[in-house]
This record gives sequence, structure tokens and C-alpha cells, in this order.
Amino acid sequence: MSEEVLCIENLHVSVDGIEIIKGLNLVINKGEVHAIMGRNGAGKSTLANVIMGHPAYEITSGTIHYLGRALEEFEVFERARAGMFLSFQYPVVIPGVQVGTFLRKSVKAVRGDDSLSPRQFRAELREKMSLLEMDRSFLGRYVNDGFSGGEKKRLEILQMLLLQPKLALLDETDSGLDIDALRVIADGINSVTTDAGCLVITHYQRLLNHVQPDFVHVMIDGKIVKTGGSELAGKLEEKGYEWLETAA
Amino acid sequence: MAEENAQNAIVDYQFGFHDPETATIRFDSGLSEKVVRDISELKGEPEWMTEIRIKAFHRFEQMPMPKWGSDILEQIDFDSIIYFLRSSEKTEKNWDDVPKDIRNTFERLGIPEAEQKWLGGVTAQYESEAVYHSIREDLEAQGVIFLDMDSGLKQYPEIVKKYFCSVVPYSDNKFAALNTAVWSGGSFLYIPKGVHVEMPVQAYFRINAKNMGQFERTLIIADEGAKINYVEGCTAPTYSTDSLHSAVVELIALEGSTIRYSTIQNWSANVYNLVTKRGVAHANSTIEWVDGNIGSKLTMKYPAILLRGEGAHAEVISVAYAGKGQHQDTGAKVHHLAPNTTSNILSKSISKHGGRSSYRGLLQVTPKADQCRSKIVCDALILDPESRSDTYPTMEIGNSTADIEHEASVSKVSGDQLFYLMSRGHTETEAMGLIVNGFFEPFTRELPMEYAVELNRLLELEMEGSIG
Repeated sequence: MSEEVLCIENLHVSVDGIEIIKGLNLVINKGEVHAIMGRNGAGKSTLANVIMGHPAYEITSGTIHYLGRALEEFEVFERARAGMFLSFQYPVVIPGVQVGTFLRKSVKAVRGDDSLSPRQFRAELREKMSLLEMDRSFLGRYVNDGFSGGEKKRLEILQMLLLQPKLALLDETDSGLDIDALRVIADGINSVTTDAGCLVITHYQRLLNHVQPDFVHVMIDGKIVKTGGSELAGKLEEKGYEWLETAA
Repeated sequence: MAEENAQNAIVDYQFGFHDPETATIRFDSGLSEKVVRDISELKGEPEWMTEIRIKAFHRFEQMPMPKWGSDILEQIDFDSIIYFLRSSEKTEKNWDDVPKDIRNTFERLGIPEAEQKWLGGVTAQYESEAVYHSIREDLEAQGVIFLDMDSGLKQYPEIVKKYFCSVVPYSDNKFAALNTAVWSGGSFLYIPKGVHVEMPVQAYFRINAKNMGQFERTLIIADEGAKINYVEGCTAPTYSTDSLHSAVVELIALEGSTIRYSTIQNWSANVYNLVTKRGVAHANSTIEWVDGNIGSKLTMKYPAILLRGEGAHAEVISVAYAGKGQHQDTGAKVHHLAPNTTSNILSKSISKHGGRSSYRGLLQVTPKADQCRSKIVCDALILDPESRSDTYPTMEIGNSTADIEHEASVSKVSGDQLFYLMSRGHTETEAMGLIVNGFFEPFTRELPMEYAVELNRLLELEMEGSIG
């Protein structure tokens, strides 16, 4: 029997009084990769942020359950500690905080004080960084400060690998990446998908050539209007969204 | 009420404990010419020093309180302050000989341990005078003189006479006059030509008694080509009544020498900290002030550098943290008096819980100072709407070849930063701590590692209970 990680029922979400998500249903089980595709403004990023608990978004009705528990009572950091992870579309600069320090403190916060000795942490860090083809000099730089688009996304994926999530939300992780970076990042994502439920938000099919989705959902105007297998991504790439918009 | 304020100002101020008072000599509170004469006589000083003290005392009496800076200044009651308190008959060279209570205090502050691990010398001042003093033998063998100021005057009166008040005249400002009148303790440091002292030497200042006034006087002379890294720290118990700390520090960097003077000021929130720090930099020398202000009720301190010789360089890196009931009025003053002189000023401040931080700076370029360069950066971070930050920069540029840059920013912690960090498992408090440590990082990286770690820990403590 499949293990349910995330269950969203009839979700409505508003920002500043404007409804963005208008009745959305989604179930993600352990080991499944779900892709959500759609145009800008369809509500994709809102969905990722609201699952993670961003305070700017208000759930007006509906429910989100994570591992069987209603999420609304949990603060953002508690969600992270319970195994939820969001790879940001626009990772934030934290001036003066070195990547190495930040990673060590985050691993400690999420995986617990005693989970890793400093030595084990360094070994694991080396391994994951080499998987993502990241130079050690990253560790001395300030978090996302002066990073290129590709460097920011690599750091997001590195955090995901270290924090070992049970639910990974990837918000346009593929945008702004060249082919090589895309492949490296896809390898990173694929290395967590057996143990996690995974929600991949993207505009394009190209990431999905490397990360095989079990389900592809099309989101238009705050709702999922069509769900299919990976072939649906190809069809969208070819035909665009118009044929679905008229249907919606 | 005052005590409550003082304690709230610094959440978990961990150095607020005090020892039983065991004075061997304790003056009554209040200031008069007799008090000044008594201090000088007690110390067996040469007549010229007594005379300077008396002149300075009269000057102090005549000078009005500064009208700028802070309203809090008006609350100082000079009559309630104790101007001299001796707690130990001698300055010891061995910690075992220091009176037990006092020794315990310094052990709690981690001084003997730090000394063993990484310091070249230590002066520990308790109330008015040094209770412990030591320098590594290898430094002494190279001719480095490191003494408490009272011993410096006794053993090297000629050097002291030559330089005392040469950088900060007693008439400079009201508090410099006060310090010159009643000074006691502080460090005297001379580094001979060409000697590089790699290990930092440290002074630690501790106020223990209520209503105490601490007036240390420090004089550092780096001879030609010499190099020194001097570090000072300070703490005091939390009391409901106020104490006054008013120091004067004079630095003389002779040709080609380098002096770095680092301070971590962590007075309890009932201490007025009114300090004059100034250095003269001769040709091709460097003076660096690394100045951290975390504690006190009111700090007014603007480390200054006179770039007197061609090619001299000034560096001032400062941070200030103003919490509830605190006002940090700090800054930097650099005077370009000679050609090809350069200066960098970086000032960072954080205000929280209604605290106020002000940057007050002066940059002067005289007509003679051709081709000089200066860069000033002031960044303020305000953590809540009740808190305040101001910038008062003054520039007097008298030479058109000067290359001056000035940047200032005021920022708030963004909701996006907090959300990002919280999504990585950090509570709001921890996230604030990370952001604050990051903001101060350009400062902390300049400190010896042990100090940087301690400062980051202090700031993380400050963030606790600061949310909501």
C-alpha cells in the first residue's frame, strides 16, 4: 500500500484579498514525482509557498494534510523539521552568513543535534557537493550573495540532499539553467525521489526529460484542469495551453 | 524600575553578577580639587602630573555638558559617583596572589584561560587599578614594555611626560578633562623599533562596586616599523544605580608602524560609557580601530585618527547594538593632514526593542593633503518599528584632489529572509540571530577567533525573547 505524504482537498488561497488558488485537489504518495505545469500567474508558486507556510498567503477554505496531520497548526520551521523542503524559485541572499555555517546549522536544526558528528557532516557534505559538481569554495561564500542563477539552484538542491526531506517542493528549479547544470540538478533530484514525495513546478518539459514524473498536472487559473502521465508534458510542449484553456 | 530597565536592555546579560565589595581604600562619592589631589598623592605622582590633573579638573568644571549626542547625558549625577576605589594593595604577576573574590571574577570571565592559550600579555583592572599584570618573557626580552599606566608613570616618567595629553589634550572635551583629572589605571605599552608582536595583548576592565567611576588612561606607542595588536574587553554588574566609565586612549604610531586596537564593550545597561580614543599616525604607518559596542546605557565614542605623515592609513571598523533603553552614539573621525593618506570607515549598527543607534562621523581633508582617498560605509539594521537609527556625517574637504566615497544604508530584516531561513528549520529567533551575525560579519572576521565566537554567541542571546 502506498504511503500518503501530501493530501490537498478543495484548497482555496488568497493573497491580499485576491483569490489565487480556487479549489485544488492533489494527493502525493511516497516515491511519486508530480509535475505541475502552467503559465505564469496560474498559481503554481503560490501552491508551493502555501504548503511550506508562507505567512503572506491565507487559506480561505480547504485542507492540507502532511503525513496524515493537518498542516495549518504548524509553523514554517516545524514543517521543515518534519521533513518538508521547498527549493525556492528565487533563493534569498543572507549577507555575511557563510554557506558552510548555514548548512551545518540547518542540518542540525532539521535532522537534530546528535544526528551527525562534525566529521560525518563534512564527509556527507563533500559527497553531495561532488554529486552536484560544486567547488569547495562555495562554503566560504555568503548565502546566495553574488551567486549566478545556476549557483543558486545548485545550493538549493544541495540543501535538499542534506536535509533529506520526505516532501520536496521544487519551484521552477530548472529556470535559468544551461544543459549541463540541468543534468546535474536532475541527478540531485532523482537521488531523493525514492524516499520522498516530490512536487516539481515547471514551465518546460526539459527538466522532465531528466526527472521522470509519474503524474503531470496542468494548472490554469488556480485549479488543476488536467492530469496525465509524462506524455502530457510532451503534448504541452508541442501544443501549448490553449487547447486546455478552452476546455476549462 | 531602573533596575528592571537595565536588565531588560540586555536579555540574559551574563556578566551582571557582583562580588562583595572589599575595598582597601574607598573615597566618598563626589568630586572636588581635594579628591583630585588625594588621588595623585596616594599614587605618589610627580608634581607635573598633579598639576595637569588640577588644571584638567578646573577645565572640567568650566566646560558645559555637550548639547548634542543624547538627552540621557543630562541624567549623570557627578556627585553620586565614587572617583577612586582600591580593591587590592598590589598589582600581582601571579593569579594565585590576586584576592580570591577578584580572581574568581576574572576566571568566570575566562581571562586566565585566554591568557594561557593565545595572549601575549594581560592587564586586569578591577575598579580603579590593575590587580593583575603579566607579559610573556619573550616579549619583554625584545624590549616590549607593557604595564598598567600607574606603573608606567613610575618606571618611565620621561616617556609618559612626552606623550601624555599629546594626542588628547585635557581641554579636548568635558570627559577628557574629567579623565585627566582623576585617571587611574589603564595600559602603558611601548613597542621598540621593528618589533612585531604577533600575539595580541589584552586589557580587561571590570567595574564591581555600585556608583563606581572608572577612568582608565591608556597610552600606546609603536616605534618605527613596530607592530602591535591590542585588545580590550569590559563588563560590570547590573545595578539599579548608574556607574560611569570615562576613559582616554592615546595612540602614537611612528613611521612605518601598525597599531590595531580592538574593543568589545559589553558594560551592563547601567553604565555611562563616555570615551575619547584618538591616535596619531606618522608617515606610512597604520592605525586601526576595531570597535564593538554591545552594552552600556549610553555610549558616546568616536575613535579618531590624525593622519599626520605622508602615506599613513586609517581604518575604523565599528559595530553597535542598541537594545531596550540603550543609546549607542558612536562613529569615527579621520583627519587627513598629509598627502597620499588613505582611510576606510565601516560602521554597522543594529537597533532593537526601542534602542537607538547613531553614527556620528567626521572626515576632514586639509588643503595640504593632496591625493588622499577615503571610503565611508554606514549600514544600519532596524529590527522593529520602535527602534531608531540616525546618521550624522560631517565632511570638511579642503583639497580638490581628494577621492571620497560615502555610502549609507538603512535596512530592515525582510519577511522573505525570515521565511527562507525558517523553511530550513530555524525558529524565528534563530533566523534573526543568523541575520544579525551575518550583518556584523565584516566586523567579527577582524577579531581574534575567540572573540568572534563570543560576540556571535552574545548576539544570539540578544535575539532570544526579542520576537513577538
